Amino acid sequence: MMNIVTELQKDRFTPRYYVAALTDNMSLPKAQVYEKSLIHGDRETIIENAEFMQIYRSREVGQSYITAIATTLRAILHAMWLIIRIRPQVIFCNGPGTCIPLCASAFLLKVLGLGWSSIFYIESIARVKKLSLSGLLLYKLRMADQFFVQWPQLQQKYPRAQYAGRLM
Amino acid sequence: VIDKEARRLYIMDPIQTSQSLEEKKLRNLSGYFVFHFMLWWNGEDLVKPICAVSGNLNLQVEHFTFLPSIADSIREASLVISHAGSGSIFETLRLGKPLIVVVNEDLMDNHQSELAEELAEQNHLLCAHPQTLRETVEAMDLHALQPYIPGEARPVVALINEFLGFPV
Repeated sequence: MMNIVTELQKDRFTPRYYVAALTDNMSLPKAQVYEKSLIHGDRETIIENAEFMQIYRSREVGQSYITAIATTLRAILHAMWLIIRIRPQVIFCNGPGTCIPLCASAFLLKVLGLGWSSIFYIESIARVKKLSLSGLLLYKLRMADQFFVQWPQLQQKYPRAQYAGRLM
Repeated sequence: VIDKEARRLYIMDPIQTSQSLEEKKLRNLSGYFVFHFMLWWNGEDLVKPICAVSGNLNLQVEHFTFLPSIADSIREASLVISHAGSGSIFETLRLGKPLIVVVNEDLMDNHQSELAEELAEQNHLLCAHPQTLRETVEAMDLHALQPYIPGEARPVVALINEFLGFPV
């Protein structure tokens, strides 16, 4: 994801909201390091154009599917609240299950005419022959406006996907 | 044929790779390399047994839970042995270092091996299982590996900008 963010023109995509799973300890610090690096000059390093937030996961690895029903519901409600609060115009997501409730909420608002988010999905580079579950859902349900894969084999298998090379 | 002069071998993370190098294999490999074990995770459980083995070997164990950049360590290495995480793989390839990826299907989702296998097919790295690691190291011909040309986000971002109506 940071490959994409570093390449974007920041003044076109501001303010930026980074959302990671509650149990993910590595992604937000990476994003914070990057956002700090964007600040020039002697001003204190207070990040003004970005916010960092964590979201409940639908299901943790190894969690029973029965308790996952309740946690998925919680994740959906949390995602809906975040989408309503942020009202993003653009959503970039790259695969973890955390993005599904967010994309679904944004898509729902679109359908109800209550908001408009362009949703861009970039499948993980680790996916060479098969899509992730998140990717498969977004692809089949046509929830993403643009769906990128990073290997030509996947683009052949999923023709509505776009292949524009690898990010890494 | 393995060059007998002392080389630095960095074994990146986790438990999968480390556990696969049991004492016997470590002894067999130690004739060729100076080992640096880099344990990324809660290395404490593993540090003791590895240090116990390393008493007789040229073994240096470093462990950390989060390092902003592992690049400096990789630069010093003559060979990197890593698990199949895409971050570890691409960081090593980007720095132009020979890489052996250990794929352990017992401990991780199958999809993680797709990336390593594809890159091995393209001759950018060597792939091994825990059981075959030793033979791989003994038989490896690192000069046959093809340099990896890193990808970039620009083509994807150009398509995103075009979709959003920004001048490209």
